[in-house]
Amino acid sequence: MAYSDKVIDHYNNPRNVGSLPKEDPNVGTGLVGAPECGDVMKLQMKINPTTQVIEEAKFKTFGCGSAIASSSLATEWVKGKTVDEALAIKNTEIVKELSLPPVKIHCSVLAEDAIKAAIGDWKKKRADNTEAK
Amino acid sequence: MAVKTPIYMDNHATTPVDPRVLEAMLPFFNQNFGNSASRNHAFGWTAEEAVENARGQIARLVNASPKEIIFTSGATESNNLAIKGAAEMYREKGNHIITQVTEHKAVLDTCKRLEKYGYEVTYLPVGKDGRVDPEEVRKAITPKTILISIMYANNEIGVVQPIAEIGKIAKEKGVLLHVDGVQAIGKIPVDVQADNIDMLSMTAHKIYGPKGVGALYVRRRNPRVQLSSILDGGGHERGMRSGTLNVPGIVGFGKACEICQNEMAGESARMIALRDRLRKGLESKLDEIYINGSMEHHLPNNLNMSFAFVEGESLLMGINDIAVSSGSACTSATLEPSYVLKALGVGEDLAHTSIRFGLGRFNTEEEVDYVVNRMYEVVSRLRELSPLYEMAKEGIDISKMQWGAAASGH
Repeated sequence: MAYSDKVIDHYNNPRNVGSLPKEDPNVGTGLVGAPECGDVMKLQMKINPTTQVIEEAKFKTFGCGSAIASSSLATEWVKGKTVDEALAIKNTEIVKELSLPPVKIHCSVLAEDAIKAAIGDWKKKRADNTEAK
Repeated sequence: MAVKTPIYMDNHATTPVDPRVLEAMLPFFNQNFGNSASRNHAFGWTAEEAVENARGQIARLVNASPKEIIFTSGATESNNLAIKGAAEMYREKGNHIITQVTEHKAVLDTCKRLEKYGYEVTYLPVGKDGRVDPEEVRKAITPKTILISIMYANNEIGVVQPIAEIGKIAKEKGVLLHVDGVQAIGKIPVDVQADNIDMLSMTAHKIYGPKGVGALYVRRRNPRVQLSSILDGGGHERGMRSGTLNVPGIVGFGKACEICQNEMAGESARMIALRDRLRKGLESKLDEIYINGSMEHHLPNNLNMSFAFVEGESLLMGINDIAVSSGSACTSATLEPSYVLKALGVGEDLAHTSIRFGLGRFNTEEEVDYVVNRMYEVVSRLRELSPLYEMAKEGIDISKMQWGAAASGH
């Protein structure tokens, strides 16, 4: 299978690899996929509670080159965006940017899911904290 | 010493043609180009003589008689001819076929097609070691059983089946035994007499011969096996396989068999040494790696390993100067991980991380060392990128987690 140059670039030089402290109330963590399906993505974001801007994003991915590239790209795109802007990112935009072939579309879907899951986790943490107070 | 890249270590898929084989073939393209079926002139006689010489070389490798060798286009055709040909020929005797789950698709899909036509097929399981239990074969035989089809050695995990034991049972019960011998012939001793094999599929391109030529051994005595042909035409090859013979290919196939037979002892020892060097090298550098299949009953040139927490296709992408293959779903058209590994009870998570190394005649120690180092680099890098590795290091049992709450791959 031939990979696009952008997939190869993200695979060779993945952006924002790493982890953020899960317990930080301003960090949202999304863990999507399953090992038996061959893809697991962990996407974390540090979100400013006042401005709702995503200040930091980190990922780790178990999966094929396209899955690694999709999540690497997702971290680049969400950084600096507000939560609402990040939620508006569609998997089709990732497909287009990385020129993913049809058999790899699920990688982009997983990246979109990871963004939504991370923001969902952050929102839940905030709601829980408000209730606690 | 610097090694030349890319390195080819995928010799279960195919092998390069040995220069000695190529040399033997060349005159048969444009000098001795005759049709071996032309009985009335010297061009035909020369071709026929070359074909018969090759038939002898192939027969000797597996202890058959030359008349028992039927030339085909390759092992897929040989498997189809053996199974469909016997099924049709012995339809009145019965409609039951026994095979096992890790067979090549050319056997499994042929059996599946026969099921559509009213045949019944038993697909025996394999143990964790990848082997069929011969007693299970015995138990599966019914009065309706006409054929047992079990491979000699598996193309993914290199596990060798207990063919001699199964052959004994088949003989005792009067059931024909077909063996897909593609990965075994030329690598380990295969003896159709000692093993009681009635039909044996072979191909040239896995033993340093050309692609597009294979053979089916069909027993002529005790019992005399008859097959319905699947190609109709001029009645070549004792009526079992019509079609003008691929003379240069056959000459190459014969030469390839002769070389394998003459050099098997030394080559096998060399393959085992390279394979063990590869295994020990990897095991000394990386943790959480697992061998798939029995190492006791194993082809000399195969190593199949899972590299936990690193998905196979991303691993292949990293070692792009080395040609190997993976049981990962992403490298197959179906998006399913290897059915062979699944049959062994290897979890799907580990199946996705498997790599098959297929060593061959032209690999060197330097290449093996290079592969070990590259594997170490890439596996380490990808584990740093793997959330599963991080979780495992934190002591989280991945197998006990609830996965797939959000959309998954497929």
